[in-house]
Amino acid sequence: MPVAPATGPERLILGVPKEIHAGERRVAVVPRMAAKLTKLGFEVIVESGAGVGAAFLDPAYGEAGARIVPDAAAVWREADLVVKVREPEHDAASGHHEADLLKEGARLISFLWPAQNKELIERLARRKATVLAMDAVPRITRAQKLDALSAMANIAGYRAVIEAASLYGRLLGGQITAAGTIRPATVLVLGAGVAGLAAVGAAKSLGAIVKAFDTREAVREQVESLGGQFITFAFDEKGEGEGGYAKQMSDAYLAAEQEFIAGHAKDADIVITTALIPGKPAPKLLTSGAVVAMRTGSVVVDLAAEQGGNCALTERDRIVERYGVTIIGLTDLTSRLARQASELYSANIVHLLDEVMKDGRFALDLNDEVQRAMLVLNDGELMWPPPRPEVRAAAPLPPKQQPVQAASIERPARSPWVSRIGLAAAAAGLAAFGVFAPPALVPHVTVFLLACVVGWHVVWNVTPALHTPLMSVTNAISGIIVIGGMLLTAGPEVGLPHLLAAFAVLVSSINIAGGFLVTQRMLKMFRR
Amino acid sequence: MTAAFPSVAYLVASFLFILSLKGLSQPATARRGNVLGSVGMALAIVVTALALYIPGSGAPAIPSPSTAMLLAGAIGIGCLIGAVLAARVAMTQMPELVAILHSFVGLAAVLVGIVSRMTAGTAAGAGGMVHDLEVAIGVFVGAVTFSGSIVAFLKLRGTLGGKPLLLPGRHLLNLVLAAASVILIAIQVSTHAPATAMTCLLGLTAIALVLGLHLVAAIGGGDMPVVVSILNSYSGWAAAAAGFMLSNDLLIITGALVGASGAILSYIMCVAMNRSIVGVIFGGFGAEAPAAGAAAAPGALGTVHETTVEEAAELLTTGQSAVVVPGYGMAVAQAQHAVRELTDVLLARGITVRYAIHPVAGRLPGHMNVLLAEAGVSYDIVKEMDEINDELPETDVVMVIGANDIVNPSALDDPGSPIYGMPILQVWKARRVIMLKRSLAAGYAGIDNPLCYRDNTLMLFGDAKQTVMKLLAVIPTLAR
Repeated sequence: MPVAPATGPERLILGVPKEIHAGERRVAVVPRMAAKLTKLGFEVIVESGAGVGAAFLDPAYGEAGARIVPDAAAVWREADLVVKVREPEHDAASGHHEADLLKEGARLISFLWPAQNKELIERLARRKATVLAMDAVPRITRAQKLDALSAMANIAGYRAVIEAASLYGRLLGGQITAAGTIRPATVLVLGAGVAGLAAVGAAKSLGAIVKAFDTREAVREQVESLGGQFITFAFDEKGEGEGGYAKQMSDAYLAAEQEFIAGHAKDADIVITTALIPGKPAPKLLTSGAVVAMRTGSVVVDLAAEQGGNCALTERDRIVERYGVTIIGLTDLTSRLARQASELYSANIVHLLDEVMKDGRFALDLNDEVQRAMLVLNDGELMWPPPRPEVRAAAPLPPKQQPVQAASIERPARSPWVSRIGLAAAAAGLAAFGVFAPPALVPHVTVFLLACVVGWHVVWNVTPALHTPLMSVTNAISGIIVIGGMLLTAGPEVGLPHLLAAFAVLVSSINIAGGFLVTQRMLKMFRR
Repeated sequence: MTAAFPSVAYLVASFLFILSLKGLSQPATARRGNVLGSVGMALAIVVTALALYIPGSGAPAIPSPSTAMLLAGAIGIGCLIGAVLAARVAMTQMPELVAILHSFVGLAAVLVGIVSRMTAGTAAGAGGMVHDLEVAIGVFVGAVTFSGSIVAFLKLRGTLGGKPLLLPGRHLLNLVLAAASVILIAIQVSTHAPATAMTCLLGLTAIALVLGLHLVAAIGGGDMPVVVSILNSYSGWAAAAAGFMLSNDLLIITGALVGASGAILSYIMCVAMNRSIVGVIFGGFGAEAPAAGAAAAPGALGTVHETTVEEAAELLTTGQSAVVVPGYGMAVAQAQHAVRELTDVLLARGITVRYAIHPVAGRLPGHMNVLLAEAGVSYDIVKEMDEINDELPETDVVMVIGANDIVNPSALDDPGSPIYGMPILQVWKARRVIMLKRSLAAGYAGIDNPLCYRDNTLMLFGDAKQTVMKLLAVIPTLAR
């Protein structure tokens, strides 16, 4: 969508402060995207050193057309729109809460987790702010380019494998060397969402044997497409919840699930857990008993550490060793790939603003499903949670169509009575035919019916590629009606009937010659 | 020569036809199958001619030199016209040719029926009545085939629009026409006055012609492949009916073969398109189409992302895998050779290239396979829908060339769409889709395609052939 950059003093100022959360190295806007934002009609201001953690230095922002401001206070004071990665928080260094720095009536886009951060939302409401939560992007196809959670989860999944590999004392891939055989490591991934799938892919490409567990049968295909082995267990409860996320299961289910996972974890060298249920603590999939049973030297990476962890022994933000198993509870995995994560996050931001900006103005469309879902505050008014969408958001994959195979078609089950009645009718019809038909007709009907059966069987297995030639050859063969015409031309002299019959012969001859010759022409072209 | 000789020869011919159809079901044996079929046909014609003109062979009537000349002339001229048609037709016009050839069979069946009625005189009794009934059925089926094929031909040529003609009360109209036919058949069979019978037969012909016309006119362009196949089946039944009226087993066998195989082929295609075969036969299904199409104004679907030849070339060459989805547009633009060259260039660069063929791509089943074969594409890389659909998510670029309805996501997610439920190529699952299209106009089914508005779809407007030629010109300039 081409948007002419707005000029003059009314250009909106988009501010990018440095992230203050401990260990956070990402930046909300990278220089390349700053240039795109400028094109969208913003004046971009960046706090000096905002991108250092992700190796984007101030001069790069300058070249991209952004203005560098000396400190965070200046960004917050000037900006009409602040773009951040982490939600605003209390800054120990300055003694201010970031939310309080926001200009009155200004806008904020960042991760917010509104369900967990009621107090923060109230603070922002007092600033009469308009706030969009990057964590509230609905999981629909159209919104994928805004889906920062997926983008981050992808990176976290990859990094989880890297972290595990670095602490696991062996290679991941199998090799046969002069010094001995290296057994490939087995990696068990729990939860095959975006992060889980990224972990499957990364572990597979390092050469490991990868198994992935999920309660949603629908993701089997995705796991297998990445070279992983999908494991699941039978229990009469479907795992597909709202919006394509897994849902919470019953206690009995959880117990059975834990036992099943423990069985697989015992044989795994690395376990990566990624199971999250929206708005709920992470399910405890890996019990302490399961950890005890694991081989010494194994590694567990718990990507759900921030939500309480999937492993009972996980400690948030720490790497601990329990019963000889290293358990990684880091929550800054995306920050450990800050450069990549920042690039993807800022691309999400640009895609969002591309939709929101109309002719250089910040114009939210409350009828737009995506924007409405992300909107937490509108000029200080609480808009969250959004009204439930009327249609359930599609799961990440549309339901798989039943594959249709021409060669073996299964009809939907019909009442047996349909075929029984049909059979009875056919029998009655034949009986009536036998009683009333003139004898001369019977052999013809016999031949006719048998020929139908032969025709039926002969074509069943035709390959689709040959449909056209088959049709044109059957067409040529149906020109056999020429015989009928020929028989009728015979007569002592030429009269109207004979002329008509001759015309019939003529048109069917066209059919015969045309059909066979064109089939021949077509078939000549088929080559391997 | 004895009277048994033609019958034995007919038996051989029937065998040859069966072997021919059997052969046509696999590529390796297809050419032999075609040869066997033509040998069978030649045998049948020669033997029939001999039987007619060699005394003592049980010929039905005494021949004369003038009718012999007439016959020879008719066959000669017919074969000549057929040969010229076959040699001249462009592969892209295949569907039209097949449709018009069907109409010839229908016409021949009508003529044979009427002539048979004229020469039969006033045979009374059960045998005569049965014969009259056979004549009526033959004429009826033949006339429906004739007019239906002509409409199909005109629709395929584009002379008539692709949109279905939906008259109000069309089902009632069909019913009335059918009832009128039954009444005329009844009168024709029961009357003893030749003039009345002939009038009835001609009236029946007229009604059947209107019925065929109306049935096919009511079917949307997107379903033409099935219609052509059904007409193919009808032409077989018409020949079989002629066989009954002339007590000729060869006609019966061959007609039944063609009729049954055509019916199967239609059924296979209907399943592939998720259509009810009854719906296609009786015409005019998908009546909700206009309403649904009107509801979704093109603009409401979002933004179109247009791209340039250069960008498309870059995308194609930087990916690792590409899938080409050809459609009728490729056939129209005669782009198959250029497309093959393009894929050859990509293959030479180490890119995995496959063709994905939808069962109903084009206007005839297997239409695309024929065109690609003509262009010399190896059929190892030509995949069917079911084979390729699972692989599309791992594909970097899908290039859709002049295809529309077969890649329309509405078939999966819009219950209001007339093509809802039809299995389609799920090209949008690939990383990028480049759509070569003349304009944003709707496909043959007459509905808008949301694929054009997807974020990962790039539209490359223009004539398919010229666009592909431009791509071919640009790609060598790009670094490997």
